[in-house]
Amino acid sequence: MKKILIVDDEPNIVMSLEYTFKKNNFEVFIARDGQEALDILEKQLPDLIILDVMMPMVDGFATLEEIKKDSRLQHCKVIFLSAKNKQKNIEKGLALGADLYVVKPFSIKKLVEQVNELIQ
Amino acid sequence: MSSIELLLILVLYLSILFYIAYWSEKRSHSKWTNNAYIYSFSLAVYCTAWTYYGSIGVAAESGLGYLPIYIGPILVIPTWMIILKRIIRISRVNKISSIADFISLRYGNSRFLGALVTIICLFGILPYISLQLKSISDTFYIVTKTQASSNIFTDTTTYVCIALALFASYYGTKYVDASEKRRGIVTAVAIESILKLIFFLIIGSYITFFVFDGFDDIYAKASLLENFDKKNTIGGLSQAINWFFLCILSMFAIFLLPRQFHTAIIENNKERHIQTAIWLFPLYLLLFNIFIYPIAWGGNILFEGKGFNSDTYSLLIPQYFDNKFLTVLVFLGGFSAAISMIIVSSISLATMLSNNLLIPYGFIGSLKDISQEKNSKRIVNSRKIGIFLLIIVAYAIYRGFVLDYSLVSIGLVSFVVIAQLAPSFFGALFWRRGSKKGAVTGIILGFLVCLYTILIPYAIGITKSSSTFIQSGPWGITLLKPFHILGLDYLDPIQHAFFWSMLLNTMSYLAVSVSLRGNYRERNYAEMFVDIDQYITNHENAFVWKGIAYISDIQKVLERFLGESRTRRALTIFNLKYNIDKNDNTADARFIKFAENLLTGHIGTASAKILIANVIQEDKISLPEVLRILEESKENIIINKKLTDTSRELKTISEKLKVANEQLINKDIQKDEFLDTVTHELRTPITAIRAASEILHDDDEIPQEIRKQFLKSIITESDRLNRLIDKILDLEKFETGKQKLHLSKNDLSITIKNTLASLNQLIKNKNISIEVKASSSEIKAFYDEERIIQVIHNLLSNAIKFCSEKEGKITISILENTQNVVIKIHNNGKGIKKEEMESIFDKFYQSRDQNVKKPIGSGLGLAICKQIIEHHKGKIWTEDTDNNGATFVFTLPNYKTTESISI
Repeated sequence: MKKILIVDDEPNIVMSLEYTFKKNNFEVFIARDGQEALDILEKQLPDLIILDVMMPMVDGFATLEEIKKDSRLQHCKVIFLSAKNKQKNIEKGLALGADLYVVKPFSIKKLVEQVNELIQ
Repeated sequence: MSSIELLLILVLYLSILFYIAYWSEKRSHSKWTNNAYIYSFSLAVYCTAWTYYGSIGVAAESGLGYLPIYIGPILVIPTWMIILKRIIRISRVNKISSIADFISLRYGNSRFLGALVTIICLFGILPYISLQLKSISDTFYIVTKTQASSNIFTDTTTYVCIALALFASYYGTKYVDASEKRRGIVTAVAIESILKLIFFLIIGSYITFFVFDGFDDIYAKASLLENFDKKNTIGGLSQAINWFFLCILSMFAIFLLPRQFHTAIIENNKERHIQTAIWLFPLYLLLFNIFIYPIAWGGNILFEGKGFNSDTYSLLIPQYFDNKFLTVLVFLGGFSAAISMIIVSSISLATMLSNNLLIPYGFIGSLKDISQEKNSKRIVNSRKIGIFLLIIVAYAIYRGFVLDYSLVSIGLVSFVVIAQLAPSFFGALFWRRGSKKGAVTGIILGFLVCLYTILIPYAIGITKSSSTFIQSGPWGITLLKPFHILGLDYLDPIQHAFFWSMLLNTMSYLAVSVSLRGNYRERNYAEMFVDIDQYITNHENAFVWKGIAYISDIQKVLERFLGESRTRRALTIFNLKYNIDKNDNTADARFIKFAENLLTGHIGTASAKILIANVIQEDKISLPEVLRILEESKENIIINKKLTDTSRELKTISEKLKVANEQLINKDIQKDEFLDTVTHELRTPITAIRAASEILHDDDEIPQEIRKQFLKSIITESDRLNRLIDKILDLEKFETGKQKLHLSKNDLSITIKNTLASLNQLIKNKNISIEVKASSSEIKAFYDEERIIQVIHNLLSNAIKFCSEKEGKITISILENTQNVVIKIHNNGKGIKKEEMESIFDKFYQSRDQNVKKPIGSGLGLAICKQIIEHHKGKIWTEDTDNNGATFVFTLPNYKTTESISI
């Protein structure tokens, strides 16, 4: 079973994602901000991380920078999921090493397809 | 006491003074010799033997008549701060060494005027020196109880006089440069001033408190003497006018007497010493005057009808009581007063004599082609001989003419003669139009009047009352009687001479100056004298000159007087000051003025000009051209100032622009951030709604419970979206001014109560205690209640949100002052960081350091609160509570003041 970590501070968005990925046979972990995500990553090694950008405390970009420093997480895929849809934000996210930058609002169906594609 | 004893004492006393002069000359840079007190006391050279003895004589003979001589200076001294400072500056930059230099330089560096001033000073001061010698000799005979010998070779005072002349000529000519400071002489004079005052105070106290029984006793006894009342009243209008003229006369004297000019100006080291002098010197004069009256009338009481010379009462009284010690002390005081005057006067006269008369009118030829050492030696020797001869001539005058006169009368004659310099001197300081011809005419006419009205009559002898010249005028013309010209008969001879000479002098100075313009050089110096403050730092710039001149030629002249090394040093300094290339051999106006200055101290201004003029070729400049150049240089100064001002303004403007630009950039960033945040805030609920809807749409197998959760989330997120849009619109309305307030008179405590009621459930949930403190039960203000509820609701919600989890407490206080109603809402939560105190009122600002899950809120609440309060003409801010929770404060204008504000 593939593992997925969802990092977002909006509970209603998290709820939809959690339901969808569980249904698609993922083991789902949830974090409410960057710090919580890093705490979980200490113990878990997910195949994929879905990362929101604008969060209190440690934001998505900073979280990814931390993740990239950890050699254990080298093969972990990362998807940004953000309402920040400007080109410069997308470029910044990809430059930091994310595999995909998905803008909000998004299609759940399409996101699942993209995730599957990435993990295969 | 025998003559030998007294002579021994004198020798001892003199050698102490010699030693003081020697000692301080060696330490000419020490603070003991260069301070404001030495300067102030040296000014007391004003108080000569005339003050020391003569004032007592006047007080004894005519009551209060001695006072104007002191009142005049005391009245004029406060103006020193301005006038004396000016004179000092002018003299310093131009290396002036005497009053003759000062006047002649101002009127176009005129050789003739310098010589004329010197002659006036000789006429005025020589008899004055004689008077001092007379006092020494008179008192010497009183103390030794001997008689003057008619043979000058057996007369002891002859030898005292020679000794003095030697001392003065030795110490007075230490430097070739006459504008150099002579610390030795000045210190010795200051010490003598202190001594003569102390000795005078001692004899005064002795007579007042030991011989008599205090001031009252003397007054009581004196008032019984005949003529007491008559002598001690001013005596009607005519006497008042006499007083007035004496005051003016002595005001002039304090500026113009060569010895005062020398001590106050040439020997001034620092301008700020004047600040001490303007109180210390009047105080000195005041102290001197305390005992003059008691001594005079004490003498009158003791020696009534004995016919003693009242000038010498201060010696006769202790002698009468056989107090040898005090007698000698008084004698030494008087001796000090006399020799100070003699030495300082003779030095300054000798300088004038050599620099303004002998060198420019004769000597100068012989100074041309020999070496520097020889030149210097000749100059110094000429001054040495000058000083020596002056004192000897003064002694001769004393033996020949003034034996019979009282001290005061000769002193005042001297004052009147010197006063002839007043119009051209003060004109030099304040009047640009004053010309050389005017000055010369004024001085000559004034002096002729003096000659006629006092000098000739005094030389003939006023005591010879049979003189028909005085009694009935020349050839019997009564209108020309020397003491009563044109029948003016209520002035005393001195005042009479002063009046007519000053009238003629001033009038002719003004009239000639106005009708005959001076040449360009006069006008040039007029500018430099009157505007000295403007030219003080680089006065060479103010000198106008045109022609051809070479530095090497001028350098040769300088070397003849300064020597090679000093000349080279001076040139280096000059080149540095004006940033001139040392290989440049053409001399400009600045260099010529600089060179003249260097020579001035040695040979006087007129000779300096002559010597330099010999080696340069000057083109004639017309007066209008000088005025134009001066005007230009003035304009340049003004333009320069304007340029500096403008560039300063430009600098501030560019700084302001820089700040404005930074603000704009910041605003731009803020706008970007704002848009980002708006997008984020709007997209987030839409994202949640879209995701939930998609699942509900695509998935038919969702359990009922989860379906409900999704539907609920769609509802909450829609509400959130709606609220957000409302708030953004709200804010936009306030910001664009479209929002209207509906003001009415309301009670704040009720408004707060209502708001609290709506939040009751939340408060209970978190178990928070609420405290409301109000200064009175009813606090009225004009406000839009709905909006203020919105503000209070927002602040309270925040307070509840951030309140401490355990034992949460919120305090609301309402205060009132004359201007405002102040509402404070405090919670005991974490508090607000100092750097965030202002920005939390920005749109969409959410604390970057919320140690909680992102709280529910749009980030617009406080921004809207701020708008509402500001539209009410109030203020909102957070208070620094030092981590003691957070306090939000807002004010609303008080009910009473609100009425006058229309919103």
